[in-house]
Amino acid sequence: MKKIVSIFLICMLFVSCNSDNDDPPTSVSFNFTHNWDGTNVTNSEFNTIQYTNANGQALSIEKLRYLISNITFRKVNGETTVINAYNLIDVTNNTNLIYTLPNEMLTGHYINVSFTFGFNNDDNYQNYTDLNSASWNVPAQLGGGYHFMQLEGKFIDNASAQTGYAYHCIRAVDNSGAQQVFQDTFFTVDLGEVELKNNASIVINMNIAEWFKNPNQWDLNLLGNMLMPNFNAQVMMHDNGQNVFSLGELIP
Amino acid sequence: MNKYFPYIASIVFICTSCTDENVTEYVPTPIALEIPQLFEDNIIAPVIPLDNPQTIEGIALGKKLFFDPILSGDNTQACADCHTPENAFSDASRFSDGIDGRLGNRNSMPLFNLAWNYNERFFWDGRAFSLEHQAFQPVTNPIEMKATWVDVSSKLQQDQDYPSLFDQAFGTSTIDSILVTKAIAQFERTLISANSRFDQYLLGQINLTSEELEGFNVFMDETRGDCFHCHGNANNPLWTDNIFHNNGLDAIITDLGLGKISGDPANNGKFKSPSLRNLAFTAPYMHDGRFNSLDEVINHYSEGLQNSTTIDPLMKKVAQGGVHLSAQDKSNLKAFLLSLSDESFINNPNFKNP
Repeated sequence: MKKIVSIFLICMLFVSCNSDNDDPPTSVSFNFTHNWDGTNVTNSEFNTIQYTNANGQALSIEKLRYLISNITFRKVNGETTVINAYNLIDVTNNTNLIYTLPNEMLTGHYINVSFTFGFNNDDNYQNYTDLNSASWNVPAQLGGGYHFMQLEGKFIDNASAQTGYAYHCIRAVDNSGAQQVFQDTFFTVDLGEVELKNNASIVINMNIAEWFKNPNQWDLNLLGNMLMPNFNAQVMMHDNGQNVFSLGELIP
Repeated sequence: MNKYFPYIASIVFICTSCTDENVTEYVPTPIALEIPQLFEDNIIAPVIPLDNPQTIEGIALGKKLFFDPILSGDNTQACADCHTPENAFSDASRFSDGIDGRLGNRNSMPLFNLAWNYNERFFWDGRAFSLEHQAFQPVTNPIEMKATWVDVSSKLQQDQDYPSLFDQAFGTSTIDSILVTKAIAQFERTLISANSRFDQYLLGQINLTSEELEGFNVFMDETRGDCFHCHGNANNPLWTDNIFHNNGLDAIITDLGLGKISGDPANNGKFKSPSLRNLAFTAPYMHDGRFNSLDEVINHYSEGLQNSTTIDPLMKKVAQGGVHLSAQDKSNLKAFLLSLSDESFINNPNFKNP
């Protein structure tokens, strides 16, 4: 009888453990990596003209920082978890390239993971002390809110001179009329399905070359500067951003 | 074993009691920085090192040291000689002269809102990390105060007041350079400027003139002044990004600035963006004080930009020599910039020599 009780208790223990371990919570981090058509890019490669865009223009990168928000996990049953937070990735200063979610996630299978490039309109018009401290704001004349990306460097212009460019993404605004007209330029980046295991690390790749490539072949001679007030340029950046990000390695 | 327990317990109790009675560690009086509302609402908390919290005694000691020429080699020069309160703790001279009358090659930086320098790089070229480390350098610089820390510490130790003041501030009357710079840094963190006309406007307390308002528009307009990328905006009351830029002063760079400190040629000619607060009191301008007036500064960005390999991409109109502001835009921009000056800061009795 004693033996039976012991066996029963041991079985109970296993059953209990199994129940607890079905989808144990885990911390999840995102590791943002950057490349130029497959060649790894870090701030060590900055400040040297060594990349060639789709338009054949040689260029360097001197600054790259961008904002992502609202990382979203969706399960097969439709259950969705939205991480109501944001991360300003600063490649220039090598900060926030690894972003650990403020909340733990349940391990298991998710049919889709996504994030927002930039801020949606609700989030864009809040006041964030850390982003203000990083001078990330957009002037009220251009609708206010925050930058989505600042990519800067030098390129060789059509007079063979080294010239600065500032590829800044914001919400598109047309100031030509009596009233400002806006077009949304934030977009959702779908990473596809992932299997979250304990202490999961999800690698996100940004191919910087894509910002200059598809569907708009980017001519920095024409679109190198003063892009924030340029409505069409902002829409084109939005379009080119669709193929910039991809899911990389999933660890473990 | 059990029979010894009461004895052991008694001994432990006595020891514990003795410890409590004998150790009365002195703790100076903590005091929080008075954070202005616009700062509280819009930017993250100031940087205060865990090993140097603000205290009433530490700040008072730091203030006394800041105004005391005892820190110089011949007792003739105080920090305040090159950082005068009426100049927002800058120097009206282009270059400051040291105790031997030798001149440096940089304009004395104004001192305010230093606790909000998040990257903690100080000096025009960023060569000091942390406010405490910054304060080490002028004392021993041969063209500035030209002292040695051994001598300074010895003089302070022999002074009739300082040992007790250090004791009150730090719980020890043994004076060294670390405690001196900690005290000065505590005082410097209290130098907060947030009461300009523009601050009052943002708080809804006053109206600005049409010229000042239009000048702010020029400042924020990417197609005109385009100043905001480096000098902040209404949501960043620091009016600087505290980052290093080559702003097109020279075609041939002789003073390497951050480049000399980092050893990276990509940083040659880069200097820290200064805050635009208190410009009414901080002439001359730029790292080398080359411009005597705000008009000269505005003209530089409008028509005087010089190209070089490390020029910041944000100097977007360098090929045209600058942003080419109209005379009206220049005038309005100047009016706005002057609205960032804070009379109450330079007249604050807490910041003056007692």
